[in-house]
Amino acid sequence: MKPGKLLLQVRDLSKYYGNRVGCERVSFDLFPGEVLCIAGESGSGKSTLLQTLAFELRPNSGSVCYDLRGEGLTDLARLPDASLRELWRTDWGFVRQNPRDGLRMRVSAGANIGERLMAIGERHYGDIRLQAQDWLRTVEIDEARLDEAPTSFSGGMQQRLQIARNLVTRPRLVFMDEPTAGLDVSVQARFLDLLRRLTSELNLAVILVTHDLAVARLLAHRLIVMRQGRVVETGLTDQVLDDPHHPYTQLLVSSVLTA
Amino acid sequence: MNAPEPALQTGYNFAYLDEHTKRMIRRALLKAVAIPGYQVPFGSREMPLPYGWGTGGIQVTAALIGPDDVLKVIDQGADDTTNAVNIRSFFARVAGVATTTSTTDATLIQTRHRIPETPLAEGQILVFQVPIPEPLRWLEPRETETRTMHALREYGLMHVKLYEDIVRHGRIATTYDYPVIVNDHYLMRPSPIPKFDNPKLHRNPALMLFGAGREKRVYAVPPYTDVRSLDFDDHPFSVERWEEPCALCGSTETYLDEIILDDQGQRMFVCSDSEYCATRQEAGHKGEMAA
Repeated sequence: MKPGKLLLQVRDLSKYYGNRVGCERVSFDLFPGEVLCIAGESGSGKSTLLQTLAFELRPNSGSVCYDLRGEGLTDLARLPDASLRELWRTDWGFVRQNPRDGLRMRVSAGANIGERLMAIGERHYGDIRLQAQDWLRTVEIDEARLDEAPTSFSGGMQQRLQIARNLVTRPRLVFMDEPTAGLDVSVQARFLDLLRRLTSELNLAVILVTHDLAVARLLAHRLIVMRQGRVVETGLTDQVLDDPHHPYTQLLVSSVLTA
Repeated sequence: MNAPEPALQTGYNFAYLDEHTKRMIRRALLKAVAIPGYQVPFGSREMPLPYGWGTGGIQVTAALIGPDDVLKVIDQGADDTTNAVNIRSFFARVAGVATTTSTTDATLIQTRHRIPETPLAEGQILVFQVPIPEPLRWLEPRETETRTMHALREYGLMHVKLYEDIVRHGRIATTYDYPVIVNDHYLMRPSPIPKFDNPKLHRNPALMLFGAGREKRVYAVPPYTDVRSLDFDDHPFSVERWEEPCALCGSTETYLDEIILDDQGQRMFVCSDSEYCATRQEAGHKGEMAA
């Protein structure tokens, strides 16, 4: 990992739900092409953190700065809504745990992939279709399924379609919330292979939430372990998993059978 | 159609609505005209007809009509259908205004789902009855979200629908209520007019007002405003064409209705605009089934 320009800078980020802590005082840096994994048990604030980072939830305090194309590191809190929404559908991607939240289930796979293209002004049906076809091939879905609705796809295919739909605008940062949670083990392995290939080919930065340390081991360069809304340990993935310092991380690592 | 209109009925305020309500609607209409294509909320009232029958259109008409106006009401192009006859006699009764079936004589035309074939002129007002004003409604159910989308001109989603049309039917199969962009900003539902009428919206010299009673919205296309139908570069917008002319007046340039004559497959095509068709027949044009 060559340290290039900062892509994302997070400082003291906190999100509260009333008196309850979502996540508290989280800070880290992310570089282009880096895969960062956020691990922790359920309820530890992983998803809250992810949504706050993507500014889908507004933080109560702290800052998120992103290296906007052409503008450099910009505080997202100062970004107008229009620019933020543009960021969401061009330079960023968001892969949801449940593909039903991330896909349009009633329109064809091609339209799902083409949606972002049409949103940024692509108006040539044939071109959109060709690009959609290319992306289906890239995520290893049979091109003949281009005109079928995602409802006819298997869980693994739906998740891969979600990836294609997000990557079509060549984002530099993709948020993923437990993308493998609903998949069985053999499908998971194939999905992770694909993800690893795409992140390195496209120099994609990924912030991935998971409770599965095996996923972290396979994909992530760096790992953040969360508990009760706070970061308890952070470091290179192998380092954290092989030599956990915090008692909670030790517990987490020892409780996994094959990590 | 030739039955005399009922006489003015006493006991009602002029044009049924009270003056405050009319003023409130006019204010909303002024705002709508100022921002072409933008849906302006207004305090829709209960009217003596059911939702879906033109409660929005009738309120807009009531707010605008004056004693000197000449009113024409059409329903799917025809002057003599139930909805048109009733709304026309309603205003004859509560406002005592003159009514007509002639497009050129009318100053105010309330319409359900058509734009008359006879070109409109400056000074005329066309009032549309709108069932669902929000073009993005079936794609995005949240009102807060659709408002943001309008504000930021995020209309890519509408193209997803058209894309899906081509996938399923090989062409854009939307034939009525075809989405348009007004004045290069707002996406608008032109109410369920056939897409045949969409080109007539573009730079029309008449003022076009849209009223949705149940949804409590009015919007407008002021005279000479650009109205563009959405399409793809390689699937351009086009209107319906028929292989045969109108069976009564022989016109080849109008929107035709198909009428089934028997159960042996016999049918005829006639102008949907009954007044336009009748005028042509009086002028001596004859289709092959004309009496």
